[in-house]
Amino acid sequence: MAESPNGATSADPRKIVKPVAQGEPILQVRGLVKHFPITQGILFQKKIGAVKAVDGVTFDLMKGETLGLVGESGCGKSTVARLLMNLESITAGSVLYKGDDLAKLSGRALKAVRRNIQMVFQDPYTSLNPRMTVADIIGEPYDIHPEVAPRGDRKRRVQELLELVGLNPEHINRYPHQFSGGQRQRIGIARGLALNPEIIIADEPVSALDVSVQAQVVNLLEKLQNELGLSYLFIAHDLSVVRHISDRVAVMYLGRIAEIGTDAQIYDHPTHPYTQALLSAVPVPDPDGREHRERIILTGDVPSPANPPSGCRFRTRCWKAQDICAEQEPLLEIRKGLSGLGAHDSACHFAEEKDIVGAA
Amino acid sequence: MTTIDTKNKPEGSGPAAAAPLLEVDNLHVEFRTRDGVAKAINGVSYDVSAGETLAVLGESGSGKSVTAQTIMGILDMPPGHITGGEIRFHGKDMLKMSKEERRKIRGQKISMIFQDALSALNPVYSVGFQLAEMFTVHRGMSKKDAKLKSIELMDQVRIPAAKDRVNDYPHQFSGGMRQRIMIAMALALDPELIIADEPTTALDVTVQAQVMDLLAELQRERNMGLILITHDLGVVADVADKIAVMYAGRIVEQAPVRELYRQPTHPYTKGLLESIPRLDHKGRELYAIKGLPPNLMRIPSGCAFNPRCPYAQDVCRSEIPPLHEISVGRGSACHFWETVMEGEVRG
Repeated sequence: MAESPNGATSADPRKIVKPVAQGEPILQVRGLVKHFPITQGILFQKKIGAVKAVDGVTFDLMKGETLGLVGESGCGKSTVARLLMNLESITAGSVLYKGDDLAKLSGRALKAVRRNIQMVFQDPYTSLNPRMTVADIIGEPYDIHPEVAPRGDRKRRVQELLELVGLNPEHINRYPHQFSGGQRQRIGIARGLALNPEIIIADEPVSALDVSVQAQVVNLLEKLQNELGLSYLFIAHDLSVVRHISDRVAVMYLGRIAEIGTDAQIYDHPTHPYTQALLSAVPVPDPDGREHRERIILTGDVPSPANPPSGCRFRTRCWKAQDICAEQEPLLEIRKGLSGLGAHDSACHFAEEKDIVGAA
Repeated sequence: MTTIDTKNKPEGSGPAAAAPLLEVDNLHVEFRTRDGVAKAINGVSYDVSAGETLAVLGESGSGKSVTAQTIMGILDMPPGHITGGEIRFHGKDMLKMSKEERRKIRGQKISMIFQDALSALNPVYSVGFQLAEMFTVHRGMSKKDAKLKSIELMDQVRIPAAKDRVNDYPHQFSGGMRQRIMIAMALALDPELIIADEPTTALDVTVQAQVMDLLAELQRERNMGLILITHDLGVVADVADKIAVMYAGRIVEQAPVRELYRQPTHPYTKGLLESIPRLDHKGRELYAIKGLPPNLMRIPSGCAFNPRCPYAQDVCRSEIPPLHEISVGRGSACHFWETVMEGEVRG
């Protein structure tokens, strides 16, 4: 993408933030907590509890990398996305963008930071306004951040973006309903890229798409990352897609990170029982040996985040659970006795390597 | 999952084998709308025998769900019109039956599991009532007996504490539990055939594994036929005996499960297998089938897949390829199936 409009003036508010080298943390999340209050009563609302959607999440996002965030519905992965976007207020903890705490920023500085973190949504059918043309949808960010593209230049910029995401630039005056699902997701991606952001938070960007179209969009996201040096936080429940696109992967369970590491560490050397169960449940597109495939079937459902189990949150469904799991919260750290690729952060008292995927 | 050795026996489709439970024969369905005629199904044939699992694989708009709705007799008509073909259940064409006769089959002999249990269940009645209704209406049981029977069913689909939960409403159950209730409902009247339309698509992987296991086990116990409609190549590999791949309202490839994955004979199937990311290794750039599925109102002439196909030649644009028989129970609707078959599948 043409970087020419950037840095045109020295008073550019984006210059407040410092540049970050490739591989350095661009976003640091520290002890992030979000509790949604449960209230009772109509006139006098009384807080009777809280849904602990995110309960102490810590990770770094490096410049130019893709961090995959996986977990089942209700584990808090989308809430993390909304907190990073500042769409929800943080209950506790902090999000540091290049060292600046987002919660402490306001005014111009906050606006500049927000420009640099953009989001791509899951459902391309509801995330685009049906009454706006493609030009209006992709060009709308420029209304809020006019410094990125002057008024006269917008049409050209939108056409450049359309071309970048593989759509016909002549379709600028069409409406969303005139496009297919995959094309709409491309429009959503173009909108996310409009302000030349550094970080894209993609919340299930391909899960609503058909298999053949999904591959096209995944390839597009990878191409854009290479060309523009973007950092992705890629949220998805499809573990195969996440492995394909991610450099590092974090597995979430009930508002906490269970295990985090590189894609080879998590997929080939998982140490947390939840990760192992999750991986073994993925149907493998290969019918050979399906009778011998070992599958860990978890019993029961995910407990309610309003009343999570004490100690380790996974213990109610875990086959390794002992007394200590109920008493003591396992820290996310490298356990003793693990070596090689198995030595990565895992929040389990009895972390132990188990080959799940290779065994299949 | 146990019927792997069917490969060595004459495949269920062979005329010598026991007569199949259900045969769909050259079915045509179209939707006549204000904007034109959408040809949703253009000559689909498949069959299922007792105890067998047929997976119908396809993307949105390929006609896999419309076929199922036509079999069940729940297709909206109009705008839908059945313009040709037969659907034989135990050899008898259901499309020629009276409404009364069909009603006796629907739900009792052939039942269906829908994707979205929350919208398929009635939110204002308890699940126990909805289950019991099947027995009071179809079997003439008393309310008390029907309720006992529904508790028994809920037990069978492994809903914990069924006795206490029988009076709960659908919204009080989790997604996986709701899908179990759907399965219980489909099983209630001991059907011979179950059609499951994307039964686990809305569920998380760990719950999906539970539900698919349950479904496979119940099918085995009762020796039912199962038509599994899905777009998930992983689920298919896990449970299917044979597969029909659909594209633009036609079956483009039909094969026993292992042969299809090992050696696809249609470029579309091959493309699909190559375009899925793998769990066991990172892999390079994904292969992507270029272009988009066709608009059903303007299906390309000749082979519907030709604009997206790397093997396409002039003949593909002019002639619709018939389903070439490759071996027993195996067919490919591609002019160049031999070339496709020789090519390697890149993982």
